[in-house]
Amino acid sequence: MKPIKFISTLLFAFLLVTACSKDNDTPEQAHEEELITTLKVTLTPSGGGAPISLEYRDLDGDGNEPAVITVSDNLAAGVTYNGVIVVSNDAENPAEDITKEVKEENLEHQFFYTPGGDLDVTTSYSDSDDDGNDLGIEFTLTAGAASSGTLTFTLRHEPTKPNTGLSDAGGETDIAATFNLTVE
Amino acid sequence: MRHYTFLILLFCSISAISQDCNNTLSGRVTDFHDGSLMVDATLIIAGTEQAVQTDSNGKFIIGNLCNDTYQIQVSHPYCLTKGFSVKVFGNTTKNFMLEHHLEELNQIIIDGKAYNDKSKTILQSSISKEALERFGSGSLGDALNSLSGVSSLNTGNTVIKPLIHGLHSSRVVIINNGVRMEDQEWGAEHAPNLDIHSVGNLTLVKGAGALQYGGNAVGGVIVAEASKVPIKDSLYGSTLQTLSSNGRGALLTTELTKSYLNGWYAKIQGTMKRFGDFKAPDYILSNTGVFERNFAVDFGLNQFEQGFEGYYSFYKNEIGILRASHLGGARDQIRAINSPKPLIINDFSYQINEPKQDVTHHLLRVKGFKRWSGFGKLSLQYDFQRNNRLEFDIRRGDDKGDASLDLELDTHTILLDVDTHLTEQIDLKTGIMARYQSNFAANTGVRRLIPDYDKYDLGIYTIAEYQLNDQWFLEVGGRFDRTQMDVYKFYRTSFWESRNYDQLFPEMVVEETNNQVLTNPQLKFNNFSATLGATVILNDESKLFVNYSLASRAPNPSELFSEGLHHSASRIELGDLRFHSEVGQKISLAFQKKNAVFGYSINPYIHSISDFILIEPTKVEQTIRGYFQVWEYRQTHAQLLGVDLEASYVFATNFQYNHQFSLVKGYDKTQNKSLISMPPVSTKNEIVYQNTAFNNIRLALESEYNFRQNEYPNTNFEVYIPETETYETVDVSTPPNAYHLLNFNSSIDLKVTHKSTLTIGLTVTNLLNTSYRNYLNRLRYYADDLGRNFLINLKINY
Repeated sequence: MKPIKFISTLLFAFLLVTACSKDNDTPEQAHEEELITTLKVTLTPSGGGAPISLEYRDLDGDGNEPAVITVSDNLAAGVTYNGVIVVSNDAENPAEDITKEVKEENLEHQFFYTPGGDLDVTTSYSDSDDDGNDLGIEFTLTAGAASSGTLTFTLRHEPTKPNTGLSDAGGETDIAATFNLTVE
Repeated sequence: MRHYTFLILLFCSISAISQDCNNTLSGRVTDFHDGSLMVDATLIIAGTEQAVQTDSNGKFIIGNLCNDTYQIQVSHPYCLTKGFSVKVFGNTTKNFMLEHHLEELNQIIIDGKAYNDKSKTILQSSISKEALERFGSGSLGDALNSLSGVSSLNTGNTVIKPLIHGLHSSRVVIINNGVRMEDQEWGAEHAPNLDIHSVGNLTLVKGAGALQYGGNAVGGVIVAEASKVPIKDSLYGSTLQTLSSNGRGALLTTELTKSYLNGWYAKIQGTMKRFGDFKAPDYILSNTGVFERNFAVDFGLNQFEQGFEGYYSFYKNEIGILRASHLGGARDQIRAINSPKPLIINDFSYQINEPKQDVTHHLLRVKGFKRWSGFGKLSLQYDFQRNNRLEFDIRRGDDKGDASLDLELDTHTILLDVDTHLTEQIDLKTGIMARYQSNFAANTGVRRLIPDYDKYDLGIYTIAEYQLNDQWFLEVGGRFDRTQMDVYKFYRTSFWESRNYDQLFPEMVVEETNNQVLTNPQLKFNNFSATLGATVILNDESKLFVNYSLASRAPNPSELFSEGLHHSASRIELGDLRFHSEVGQKISLAFQKKNAVFGYSINPYIHSISDFILIEPTKVEQTIRGYFQVWEYRQTHAQLLGVDLEASYVFATNFQYNHQFSLVKGYDKTQNKSLISMPPVSTKNEIVYQNTAFNNIRLALESEYNFRQNEYPNTNFEVYIPETETYETVDVSTPPNAYHLLNFNSSIDLKVTHKSTLTIGLTVTNLLNTSYRNYLNRLRYYADDLGRNFLINLKINY
């Protein structure tokens, strides 16, 4: 066979192979199932009264839009509050309640409360996991003297349990949300 | 066949008796390749058993022939014997051609190389099968690391990416058995999906000069070739077993080849490797096991004038990633960096848990070639590759145990190459390449790091080689590549707008949904690359290589489209749609001197890369999960300077001293600072005792010294720690200290039977059990590198 004949046969074969059609399917949108967008804390005064709500909401997750942080009211000095934490993914429709997952996997999770600045508050756990160690979805917060500062809620995944606090808890940080609070 | 020929000839000769038998057959015997005259070739006329030899002009004359058809066997000491059928009528003239370049067929290597040069004007280094086997259970990256000018970018001790003269990932092209690997090589934590035990010879070209493989090899080209199969009737094989103390693992690889004299051959090869958690000197590196399974089949016909090959290989590797490196943000990062040992240390286990990678690579290649006398060689190759990459992070809820990243990359390539011998002195290599690639990112419930895309490439190249005279060899080549991408990607609306993409690329928007926008970027890149070089033979011992190469690389999908949290790096990575191709220009000089006692080479180079794409931290983003550092890709003008030195000296009978030294400096000329992840200065010194007379015993002691990298950009950042109410610096840039390692390697060959040899080897790496951290290991913040390792190699050839 002559080279030219050979080449033309090859080119023909090549055209046949490359002439395949392409599909234009658009991809399906990935729902970020594990995204946590919102941490909401409801503080109800134990002696009755209007609850105070704290909310940290960041709809685009690790995107560059800043989080919206709201605190409905100041804490009252000397009052003890019963706190409940709700974590959710509001980017889903309907919003996904992640607190449920934390409850189901209670042995692998724990919330921590860290006051900062001059904020005079003390916290204690009101609930426990299946092994009797602290879990922290429910807690009590006692406001001391008039002061202001920060309060950080941290959710750790797979911490060492039991522990004495964040410093020896280990694990990975799932949530770290900080609020500016005032006790008056 | 020969018997039939004889029988036919026998009948012919009977019938020929009555004829006029005074004819002559004359002519010349020449080389098929270049037409050179073949002196002392023997021609035997079957039937009459008359034999003549060609004279000094390659001429022959055979007398007393009848008007008949004769079978003539033409042979020459350096050629493959060939039979011809010749019709004689009166005094007949006939010229014969023989194939002189036996080394290409590798039947016997007389003088030359079994593996061709990849680029003739760049000093190349290669690693033979024997040397590769000394790495036992190591990977491709480990083997390449032994060459000067090559280091590696590691993620732990199992994901090892070669770094050539400071460049890696998409800038390093890996050719596996003639196929350009398309295995998502863009990622820094993606190791090449290649089994080193399927490789017969590994060649490294430290530059972009080898244009036939692509024009975008800004860093260099690594060519892995299978062992050549001899053209003879044979059945042979080998089995290698390695046992290793660190990781308590083993490797088993076996290969079997059947070949025939007529050129047919078939080969099978398989490897299995299993390791548990590795160990640093002081602790176990939890979740660093590997489980690798590969096999390859190869068959074909290899004759001089034509041949074809069918090759298929399967590679699967499951790799554990150090558990302590999976972090939830900058505050976890501080804890991990400040802790002297990994935050998570479990008992030894073979179990590979999340975080892990599970990669499968299929490679299919069909190739055919044909040679024509006076024209040259034409080859056509089609290859298909499917790379499926699964990355598992630690997930919660219903997604526990599911992959976070699931990418399937399919690549089809057709290559048409023509090698012609234009004149006695000029060779011309030309080729076209067409490639179609499609990436499918499955919905894993995590934002896609790499979007769905279709990519079309078309390349055309020409390389001319000119042997000016005995001293000068010149090479010039050019290549043009066109790349077109058709991408579907969801962007977060907030990001799309913050980058002004909504103003710049409104035509890309397909639809907008809540918080996200679906886009269809269609990108086109035209790239030109070239090479120009010379090799000068100064005298019997010295050679000089000079090469200039221009390489252009289109940005890869990760540089263009990254947008979000990259878990394994614990940082947010942002690509840029507006990037254009990066263009590198490299001048490389090499002087080589070699004699029986002493040899050295010195290889300085300067590399200037415009629109060099790099990623660096720009800010810190606060999310509900805490702080994350944001790394953005940008283009800059980069300059790399370096020198590689190699020397060997036989200082006593059977004793050799080897030396290697590599230095590279990288600068960002636009911002006047050092480039990140540049290999520090390193030097290796080795004393080898080898005695072929005594069972080929080989003992080697190697010292490896890595200096501290003193030139690095400061990418540290500060985060607020509520517990202590302070800002703390996250030190992600300070390089670790210099370190020194000692390695010991030994082997001995034992004859088991007449045909089989057993090679026993003992290797100890990190002999002194030194604790060290390597600047080029991405997990250096979290754990020390590997501690002492004893390896036993058992290899049987049969």
